[in-house]
Amino acid sequence: MSDIPDTTPKAGTPEPGPASAPGLGRRRALMLAPLGLAVAGGAGFYAMLRGMGTGTYDPRGVPSALVGRAAPPFALPPLEAAGLPAFANTDLAALPGPVLVNFWASWCVPCIIEHPQLMQLSREGVKVLGINYKDKPADAATFLTRHGNPFARLGRDEPGRVAIDWGVYGVPETYLLDRGGIIRWRWAGPVTPEVLEQDIRPLLKRHA
Amino acid sequence: MRRLALTLCLLAGPILGGGALAVGLPSEMLRDPVQEQRARDIGHELRCMVCQNQSIEESEADLARDLRRIVRERVAAGESNAQVVAYVHDRYGDFVLLRPPFTLATAALWGAPFIALGGGLAAIFLLLRRRRALPAAAPAPLTPAEQARLAALEDDSAR
Repeated sequence: MSDIPDTTPKAGTPEPGPASAPGLGRRRALMLAPLGLAVAGGAGFYAMLRGMGTGTYDPRGVPSALVGRAAPPFALPPLEAAGLPAFANTDLAALPGPVLVNFWASWCVPCIIEHPQLMQLSREGVKVLGINYKDKPADAATFLTRHGNPFARLGRDEPGRVAIDWGVYGVPETYLLDRGGIIRWRWAGPVTPEVLEQDIRPLLKRHA
Repeated sequence: MRRLALTLCLLAGPILGGGALAVGLPSEMLRDPVQEQRARDIGHELRCMVCQNQSIEESEADLARDLRRIVRERVAAGESNAQVVAYVHDRYGDFVLLRPPFTLATAALWGAPFIALGGGLAAIFLLLRRRRALPAAAPAPLTPAEQARLAALEDDSAR
């Protein structure tokens, strides 16, 4: 028994207790770090999914290179069956107030989804100008007879070259031009009621 | 012999060329093989905006086919590679370039490897310094009580 020494700490040996408190705090912080990261990641994903649900965030969305620039020069033939005038870039500068330029096709399903919103805008007096992309004239005319015609002017871009000059990568795409003919906004995808209310209406007001 | 060389060249083409080519139709290709090769090199640098993860040379999308045709028209018209790329870049923006340019928005993208490398080197440096610092701090000499206990333990084990 006598060979068991007393266990009281001696001077010079590291003392456990208050001295190691900062080390313990650091360990706790390190243990909490993954949890914090997971919370931040979760919040980020939630915001993304919410945005995708309401249509305010599109992960495939790409900003247009033409925003802030004038429309590229073009002169497209009319769709005779629709009885609308042809459409050239020189028409844009002549129009008063902001206008919408909509690329669409009769074979494009989202175009059917957005059509009521275009009709509504045109009824309210907003100038909606159409460019019919890679379509057959007869099909385009049938589409307008069935769903209504919101366009003030309509050009046919059957080869799709004018669309490439605008940086279009799929129909429908909608551009908003101010009264000076400068492109201010581009939406790739259907103009849903949400897009109409949250984006187009404020923009029309701002550029009126 | 010449026929063998030609066969080998034809076999090597798709292997060395790497990556699938959507330009299957001879009518899409340029007659001049040098120009066609240039058009392919340009096309491999341009993103297909529809599929987004393929170049226009690899994509079957309509828009990619249209852009392949435009690239070939411009190459045949005598434009330089940079001019052809600028034509497409002008319309579709930075995203169309599979090798994004260095801008404020892409600084993190281009900088990430260097940040990772710097972080790794810093971690190695700190670890080595700590490891070197450890043996320098020699353990404190045993106290008389500890020496006594050690002797007692050695006595025990000797028995």
